Amino acid sequence: MSIVVLQQGIMDTIQDKGRYGFQHLGINPGGAMDRIAMAVANALTGNPAGEALLELHFPAGKYLFEVPALIALSGADFGATIDGLAVPLHKPLYVRAGATLAFEKLRAGARCYLAVRHGFSLTPWLGSCSTHLKVAQGGFKGRALRKGDKLPLHKSTQLISDRHPEIFPWTAATDHLYNKQDTIRILPGACWDMLDAPSQQQLITGSFRIGQHSDRMGFRLSGAPLHTHKKEEQLSAGICKGAIQLLPDGQLIILMADHQTTGGYPVAAHIITADMPALAQYQPGQSLQFSIISREAAEEALWQQEKAIRYLWHASQLHLEKWLLPYELY
Amino acid sequence: MNPDYVIHPLGDSAVILKWEQRINTAIHQEVMKTFHSLRSRSSPYILDLIPAYASLTIVYDAAQLRCSERIPGLQWITAYIRETTKTQEAITFPAPRELRIPVCYDPSLGLDITEMAASRNVAIADIITWHSQTIYTVYLTGFLPGFPYMGEVCAALETPRRQQPRLQVPAGSVGIAGVQTGIYPLASPGGWNIIGQTPLRMFDPANADPCYCRPGDRVQFIPVTLEVFRQIQQEQ
Repeated sequence: MSIVVLQQGIMDTIQDKGRYGFQHLGINPGGAMDRIAMAVANALTGNPAGEALLELHFPAGKYLFEVPALIALSGADFGATIDGLAVPLHKPLYVRAGATLAFEKLRAGARCYLAVRHGFSLTPWLGSCSTHLKVAQGGFKGRALRKGDKLPLHKSTQLISDRHPEIFPWTAATDHLYNKQDTIRILPGACWDMLDAPSQQQLITGSFRIGQHSDRMGFRLSGAPLHTHKKEEQLSAGICKGAIQLLPDGQLIILMADHQTTGGYPVAAHIITADMPALAQYQPGQSLQFSIISREAAEEALWQQEKAIRYLWHASQLHLEKWLLPYELY
Repeated sequence: MNPDYVIHPLGDSAVILKWEQRINTAIHQEVMKTFHSLRSRSSPYILDLIPAYASLTIVYDAAQLRCSERIPGLQWITAYIRETTKTQEAITFPAPRELRIPVCYDPSLGLDITEMAASRNVAIADIITWHSQTIYTVYLTGFLPGFPYMGEVCAALETPRRQQPRLQVPAGSVGIAGVQTGIYPLASPGGWNIIGQTPLRMFDPANADPCYCRPGDRVQFIPVTLEVFRQIQQEQ
């Protein structure tokens, strides 16, 4: 009872809400880059928000379902098809046994998430199923998926009636979950005051391009270099996701899900937590701009987002109850 | 008690407690005391605690916190830290472990030891003696899972990082960077000056406690011959 990889994607890994509690040992949390897309795909299939799911990059793999399954896609639009027919994002889909899921075209975004009801049957490492590529642990054999892999499912999903749609008639509204502005919002970092005035200006008004060497560990930005008043040696200290580090050459790097746990570079600013999912959907080569907001506004944005995600989860449960056998609900 | 750290926010989901910014075992003791007192009291909002030389980073679940506590996250976390660390004198935490780590300093494994001896005009044996005489403190683990940053090496051993980092150094490689010494737990690119290699497995994912060294541990290196090195390696 599994999903078979017919064709290998460029970087398809299992991710979940992340592996927390081990950063004092140098083990980073990892987890899905786009927390919202993970929560949406999981909610639509009735899973807990942080359940392990597939994170896909384009070109993504091709997947054969050995058993019927209730799935949902969210995040980037890779032109998904089931047996050649286009299927939408943000809706529950009922996939027949023997059907093939493929991704034909990169339309928007960088990471697409595939959730399967009841999740995958995997052994967690240190409490999480997130794939830790560096130590080859977690997820599916600690690595990205390859052709021939069989991703085991916990169980199949039976619906209450044989006459069911393949695409369910409801959609998760996701627009309001993401930052709708065209800037990524930041809070000043520890070295903000060390930046000279033109550099501070450049950080809030300038444009930065996401470099080709950007991945789940960090986004390298290129733009006019920033300068500090004084060069100060920093003792290595614990850092966090979303920190924008200033490298010695004046360029910036944003720490993403697979970031190192400690660092010594000065931190110019921090991406607010609510905007990390939007940032995770940027592709290398794309340009971005920052804007500064207040701490209160940052926390408010995150709170509104979290409330909306919880609301969506409850709404999805109510919808699914009409289609699933009672014993399926637990 | 008047705590000798200052709390700075790191974005909206983490804070850092900073002590006087220097490498010093007494300051690090304070860091570890605070680390253990926060660790011993569990909170659903605290995700990670990262002790370092003279700081402690606290990563929290800002969304959960805000949903449940209804007050600004930074305000809550600051009050929580102050409250928890107020009583830390009463808290006993595990005594630092004393670890003895075998190292083979043979130039076939210690790729930079010959050059280090030559540049100082001393014998390789002197470098070995200097490195293995000191008992080091593990100040933090970072960079790679289980990579211990230890200090401080004696003045004669201080060496800046290599200009050109190696593309790959083997797992177990023992290196020096400035006043620090450390061990690469996994094969990885590396800019530290490699003076030897330990046969011990510094990171074992199959173990519930996968890292050999933890922050706070005291470490002494024991020089071993190539023969003993191979023997221990085989026994692992």
